[in-house]
Order: sequence, then C-alpha cells, then structure tokens
Amino acid sequence: MSEPTLGLERAGLQDLYRSLCLTRAAEERLELLQKQGHVTGGLYRSLGQEAGAVGAAYALRRRADGTGDMLCHTIRAAGALFLFGGELIDYFRQYMAKGTSPTRGREANVHWFDFEKGFVGPVSPLGTMIEIMAGMTLSFRVRGEDRIGIVFYGDGASSTGAWHEGLNFAAVQRCPMILIVENNQWAFSTPTSKNTRVSSFTEKGPGYGIGAEAVDGTDVLAVFDAVRRAALQVRSGGGTHMIELNYFRRKGHAQHDPQDYVDPAVIRAWEKKDPLDLYRSRLLRNEWASEDELVAIEEETFEECRVAAEAAIAEPYPEGAEAVSGVYTDVHTPHPWTRSSSPDPTLA
Amino acid sequence: MDPETPEHLLKTKRREPVTMLEAISEALFEEMIRDESVFLMGEDIGVYGGAFKVTRDFLTFFGENRVIDTPIAEGGFTGAAAGAAHMGLRPVVEIQFMDFISPAYDVITNYIATSNYRGAGPQPLVIRGPVGGGNRGGPFHSQNVEMAFFHTPGLKIVYPSTARDAKGLLKASIRDDNPVIFEEHKGLYRAPSLREVLPDEDYIVPLGEARIVREGTDITIVTYGAMVHKSVEAAEMMETEDGVSVEVVDLRTLLPLDEDAIVESVKKTNKLLVVHEDTRTGGIAGEIAIRVSEKAFEWLDGPILRVTAIDAPVPYSGSLEDYFLPQTDDVLKAARYLAAY
Repeated sequence: MSEPTLGLERAGLQDLYRSLCLTRAAEERLELLQKQGHVTGGLYRSLGQEAGAVGAAYALRRRADGTGDMLCHTIRAAGALFLFGGELIDYFRQYMAKGTSPTRGREANVHWFDFEKGFVGPVSPLGTMIEIMAGMTLSFRVRGEDRIGIVFYGDGASSTGAWHEGLNFAAVQRCPMILIVENNQWAFSTPTSKNTRVSSFTEKGPGYGIGAEAVDGTDVLAVFDAVRRAALQVRSGGGTHMIELNYFRRKGHAQHDPQDYVDPAVIRAWEKKDPLDLYRSRLLRNEWASEDELVAIEEETFEECRVAAEAAIAEPYPEGAEAVSGVYTDVHTPHPWTRSSSPDPTLA
Repeated sequence: MDPETPEHLLKTKRREPVTMLEAISEALFEEMIRDESVFLMGEDIGVYGGAFKVTRDFLTFFGENRVIDTPIAEGGFTGAAAGAAHMGLRPVVEIQFMDFISPAYDVITNYIATSNYRGAGPQPLVIRGPVGGGNRGGPFHSQNVEMAFFHTPGLKIVYPSTARDAKGLLKASIRDDNPVIFEEHKGLYRAPSLREVLPDEDYIVPLGEARIVREGTDITIVTYGAMVHKSVEAAEMMETEDGVSVEVVDLRTLLPLDEDAIVESVKKTNKLLVVHEDTRTGGIAGEIAIRVSEKAFEWLDGPILRVTAIDAPVPYSGSLEDYFLPQTDDVLKAARYLAAY
C-alpha cells in the first residue's frame, strides 16, 4: 500500500525530487568551479540538508508578481531560493562575483533579492534576518495582505540578540511569519550544546508565546507537511510560528573547513540518512516515479547546472570604477583624486 | 467619522509660533496625512505620546497600525522597520533617547546602510530622537551620536538648529529614499527663543545644504545643532566688542557634508573655527579640517581650530557637565585667538 501523498500529485512529488537534485547538482558544480578557480570567496555545502529548504518552500505560495509569500533563505537553503524563482545562472554569477550578477558583484553567493518573486537574501549576521522578516510580515498584517513570510537561520543565529529581539517583536505584533531553524548541529566548529542549554529549539517557542514543532529535516515530505500546516495556521491569523529542522551538516562550515572536530563515525551514520537517497527509494517504492523518470531528472538537473555555469563563466567581472555607484540613491560618491588623469586634490 | 486634528497640531495653521518640538510633531503629522505609507514605531510613542510628547494624540488619530508601541529592543524594531521599508512602507523610528541607538548599530550599519549598494533596494526610513547635553541627563540621556554613524557610507545624518529647519528637514528626510539619522537636540525642543511662526505651506528644507546663519568677513565658524546658537552669541560679541566680523555656517546636514559651503566661506574669511557639542577626538572638526586642507589650503591665514566637548562620557552633576560642554566663552576665546593670529 502506498504512503499518503499529502495532496500532492505525481508531478508534484517528482517536482520535489527535481529540486533536491538541482540543489545538489548546483553545489557539486560549484565545487568543480572552485577547483577551477572560478568561485570568489567561500563555498558552503548543504549536503544532507537539501530536503529542509525544498520541503518548506514547496509548501508556500510562490508567485512572480509580488503578491506571494516572502522567503528569506540561507546559504544552506538554496533549494528554497530556486523554488522561489531564483535563477540558476544568477546563483553561479553570484558565486563568481560577476558584473552580470543580481548584485553586480557587490555581494556574495545567495545574498541576493527579488521582492517581486518574493525572496530576500540574508546578510552574514543571520539573526538580523528575523528582524527584517518581522517587519516585512508586519507590513502584510497592517495592510491586510494575504501573505506570510518564512525565514531560515541556523542553530548559531538562535543565540544572537537580533534573533531574540526580532522574534519577540514578531510574536507581540502577531506577524504572519514562520521561523525555520536549520539545526544541523554545528555553528562553524561550535556544537549546538555550546550554543544553548535546551535540548530542542522548540523549547524556545513557548518563551515567546508561539507554537513550535520539530521535524526530521532529511524527510522532504515531513518538512512539506509541517510547513504546510504551519502556513495554514499563520495565514489565518495565528501569529508567528517556529519549526526546527533536525539533520546534520555533513561537510565543513565551508570548503576550507576539514571538519576534523567531528567524529567521522557520526558523519558516516548520517550518510545513511541522505535526503536524496531516502526520497528516491520512496518514490520508487510507492510508484510515484519510475526509474527512468528519476534518471531523466538527475540528468536534466546536472545538465542545467553545467550549461548555466558555463554561461556564467563567460561573463565579465564588474569594472573596478563601478565601486562608487549606488551607495545612495541620489548622492554621488567621488572617485579617489589619485585615480584621475591629472591628479589634483583640489579638483576631486 | 474621521477624528479631528488635535488642537496642538494646528498652531501653524492658526499662524501661532511653535517650538522646535512642535515643529517636529507637525512634520510627522503632515507627512502621515500626505502619505499613508508613513508610519511610526518606537517605545512609548502611542498611548503615552513619546517620552517628550512628540507624538501626543497620534495614536488616537492614526490608529495602532500606524503608531506602533514597541518592545524595549531598539535593534529589533529598527530591523523590523527595515523589513517594512523593503515592502514599500516608510517607517519613522523614534529612539527614546538617542543614547539607546547603540543596540541598533548592527542593523543600521550592516543592513540598512548597505542595502541599496547590495542591490536590495533603497531603505526609505528615518531614525529620529533626542540628543545632546545640558539637561543634567547624565551619561545615558545626553549623548550626541552623529559620529558613530558618520563613518558609515549609505546613511544621511541630519541635525537641525531651528524650528523652521527641523520641520523642513524632517519632511525632506521622510521623503528621502535613503536612511536618515535625525538628531533633535533636547535643549532646543522647548527653548522659548526658538519659537517662531512657520510658513503655512508644505515646505521642505533640502538635505545636504548648509545655511549661512550670519554673514561675516573675518572668521568662519562652522557648527550645527545647539552650538549654532552659542556660536551666534559669540559672533555678536565679537562684532560689538572687538569689531571682528564672524560668519556662522550651520551645517544642518552632516552627511552628506556641504563641503562647497564650507570651502566658499573659508575662501572669503581665510580663517576657520569648527564648533561642535560632540566630543573632541573623531569629531566632525577633523573631517572638515582635512577637506579645507585639500580644497582651500592656499586661502588659510591661520590654523584651523575647534571648540568641542571634552573626551569623556557626559557627566551628571551640573558643574561637571558645564565644564564638559563647550560654552559661549570657549567659542569667544577661540575666535579672538584666530582674529589676532
């Protein structure tokens, strides 16, 4: 007998797999690009966490006209970004710091924005994004818009003052917002036990007067189900809600981190809970997809990433002198006088 | 039925003089009427009307979706304002005393100030509140905060010295698409000498433009905020007692700095004194001095001097605070030194 499909059709069930494969293929492509010297700055894998981002984003209203739900993703939630319409080629452009990237080379990796499509990239101090999403969803509530927001952050960001202040504000103002804590058990080299005394982040919810639920973050359908239920509640005026995704960061904080502070046996154990492997066998077992269909998805996503990355490689970096533009909407930032053709400080 | 405009916000309509505080209230009120995307957030601004009553009766008039009493968490609600600004609202955040802006330093400098540059779009928000000493407020109710933000590209910083400017500058700040730190000297809020009848029209004072408060030919004093009035007082004494003509330039906006106005005045008088109530090291006098050195070195006939508060936390006791703050007599002595140079 088949498992329940949570209202998803065959196409939807396969969509989820497609997003999982796309996330992993994109990151594996980045590893290759990094070895080739194309990636500017750090590269952060979400290996083992892909299902959290994909399941959650799939449960939301994704529209391209500024009327859908709002997402704030993280570096390990690229699957959500793609589901909200973030273009694969922009992802590679961002990682390569190209002048054609959405931030024109000003900002890194997934730190980009499209308010029409409904996603706001994070800044590096991630706790801040709780405050930002609180304000975004406050605007939905005061204007009576039928929209909600979802904000991802790690177990580490849960320790910041900004997290507390943003969450407290949202709870008091009954902002229609879902917090998703990606508990991958590590904040760089700091284990969760050194970030908090509670055994589950869901214990923090009641302290703010909001509901909280933990879910297996390697199970894409379980995450989809939890977020869908939370979204229903939040959308109908239930205020702010929290969901904890439990899984494990199977790679270092970034590629430069060999993660030698983690017991290899633990990593090997989590390899058996790989979200793509788990879901793939489930799709076959329940006959939600055939082997041929899955192979096609795997090959297509691989090829999409290859093509997008190749295209991005060919694109130019920004001109250095572009650095002066856009600090303000209306105030001109001067070029250094020493860079002018006839240097003279009185003419700067 | 719409609620009626509170009586105390109709003074300009009735052609009565207003204080700087009343001018600020009128600016907020009129902007909220003009543009329904403008809304207020801050501690005790609703039911109580704000610690200084700047938003008295606003809650009754505009309702709690536009006048939001917040938890005591400046970082949290300033960050929420930034999120709302992304969604097309124009938040005006009140920091109850600007000394308390420090918890919001992270979100202001890392998030808000960088937003446009990062491609996340403009941040049309105003963060306003009372600053300045002289009220025996002690270390945490007296600070000037401009230089904590002056070094952050992407922000604008405004610091009015009169009722007329306060109203026009605040309106311009609210309409500006960039984030603005708006400092209101609490010693000027209700100063009787600053009461004036404002134009009964929707005027703004553009950001980034200094004002010549008093023309002169021998010495330039560049200043802002409460020090404008002490500088003018000293300038008048120089005129009557010494026969020296002092020009006083009120910056009004610190960022962007009106370099042209400063340089033009220095080229006329050839001597420059900078006066600010903020502490000495890292004060704006340093930035002004280097700009004049770059642009008008040949015109200088004397050292660039400054009169400032001392490098200390703001002390509580009157005798200490009076010693801490720059006084008219300090300005006078510095101006006389320059005149004789």
